[in-house]
Amino acid sequence: MHAEDRNNVAHPDRHTKAGWQLWQDKNCQSCHQLYGLGGYMGPDLTNVYSEKGPKYMETFIKYGTGKMPNFHLNDSETQGLVSFLAWIDKSGKTKIPASAVHWWGISK
Amino acid sequence: MNEYPVYYKRFLQFALGLLATALMLGLLSATAFIFPETFNEFLPFYQLRPFHTSAALFWIITASAACIILYKNEVFSDVSKHNTSEKLFMVLWIGSILAVFCCYAFKKFGGREYWEFPPVLSIVLLISWLVFMYSYFSAWRKSINRKPLYVWMWSTGIFFFLITFMEQNLWLIPWFRSSFLKEITIQWKANGSMVGAWNQMIYGTALFLMVKISDDATIAQNKKAFFFYFLGLTNLMFNWGHHLYNVPNGSWIRNTSYVISMTELLIFINIIAGFKNKLNEQKRLKHIIPYRFLVAAEYWAFANLLLALLMSIPVVNRYTHGTHITVAHAMISTIGINTMILLASIGYILDVDAKNLKVKKFINKAYWHTQFGLGAFGLSLVIAGIIKAYRTAVFESITFQEVMQPVMVVIKIFLFAGVWLAISLLSIVVCYFRLLNSRETKSGMENISTVIIIEEYDFK
Repeated sequence: MHAEDRNNVAHPDRHTKAGWQLWQDKNCQSCHQLYGLGGYMGPDLTNVYSEKGPKYMETFIKYGTGKMPNFHLNDSETQGLVSFLAWIDKSGKTKIPASAVHWWGISK
Repeated sequence: MNEYPVYYKRFLQFALGLLATALMLGLLSATAFIFPETFNEFLPFYQLRPFHTSAALFWIITASAACIILYKNEVFSDVSKHNTSEKLFMVLWIGSILAVFCCYAFKKFGGREYWEFPPVLSIVLLISWLVFMYSYFSAWRKSINRKPLYVWMWSTGIFFFLITFMEQNLWLIPWFRSSFLKEITIQWKANGSMVGAWNQMIYGTALFLMVKISDDATIAQNKKAFFFYFLGLTNLMFNWGHHLYNVPNGSWIRNTSYVISMTELLIFINIIAGFKNKLNEQKRLKHIIPYRFLVAAEYWAFANLLLALLMSIPVVNRYTHGTHITVAHAMISTIGINTMILLASIGYILDVDAKNLKVKKFINKAYWHTQFGLGAFGLSLVIAGIIKAYRTAVFESITFQEVMQPVMVVIKIFLFAGVWLAISLLSIVVCYFRLLNSRETKSGMENISTVIIIEEYDFK
């Protein structure tokens, strides 16, 4: 399987890796899913970068909401998380279009 | 039970303690889910959930290992009941689990879904499992009694747990992290197969119990039983792809898994076909408490299989993926099937049918409350999932919070059902815990048929 070739997604750079490590350290997957894997307190974030944009994401990450705690992240950490989610967004779409689903399975 | 060292009892009590922890933290997690603003300051959901999921996983794996350790000594005629490697496994295993919980208490994460602890602790867990494997397979190798199917199932489960545990830690190798699709595919695959691995251990234990309870060794030796074992093994190895319908990798992975998932229809049909014989068997054996837990597990397996088969159909999965229907499936599996079988097994080890009437009535009452509590629990999750799936599909432009508004009403009902379920199960846990501390001289490993006094009790 060479998914990264299929979508021409580059390997994660240093900034993306830092964001990924932060995602793990803060246990973001307890509340959010990526490709459906994770908790259900918050939304699936696989394609939040293309659907909502970086400014929207930065606001949530920096300030939290009633449900999401404020993790008091600095600008570099916030940008790292945005970079990580942008990298995931490039890997593909988590929503399968209805036209791809058939009684016999799933087409491309 | 009294012919074994005290540390066997403590290991079983530790397993029961994990179940109690999973139940109480599950209630707290559900409350935090409903009132996050209140909990965020002192005990946030992202800290409670890993406590709950890890406690549940470790309860299942610890109790499975504990039962296999006791049963294998009888099956393999292993005279070294004070096996050093067993003791070493228990110490390492308990120590690493306690270390995991300490990390969670101090918000030290860094792992993956269901294994959120810092990955260095995986090394200790791995070493302890290898010690357990050494203990088990040393006795297996020396034994001539390897034919019964439950031995095959225990061996398969123990081996594949090692494989899937290592798969879950492959992300530590940079090559696996170079592509997120690669990483997420392996995570989903490993989590799915791990469930298959512990199912082999637990179903093997259920089969062993049925042989002992019915006094019929042919149950574990006939061709039909072996056919379903190989079907289960095939699903363990290749069924995991139904977790990946929404991941944009090769269609062949998803479609192969679709076909494999549908083979579970054979199990479904077999349960229906054998229902009448099962009813006759129930009339004959219903006075035996461990047997009643096994029957409960079978009914839940039927319900859960129906749910799983529906979820594995891509057209249905498109809507159910990422909803509480997935949670319902996971909870009914772990509680309705796995926990029921493990409580049957521990009840058998404790020889609960030889206890006084008060104890048996108590367990029976808690048993029925557990079944109804779990029914309400599972149903509320399915309803919550259906509402979320419907609103997500129909109202494409509304926010996540707007989707979840009516779902939260059902989640509150789910919490009440969870309280009912938790109290019922905790009652059984406390009862078993206290029985393990008692000083009765009757050995829990005697065959049911040789117990001198079994008080007949009408469990209507």
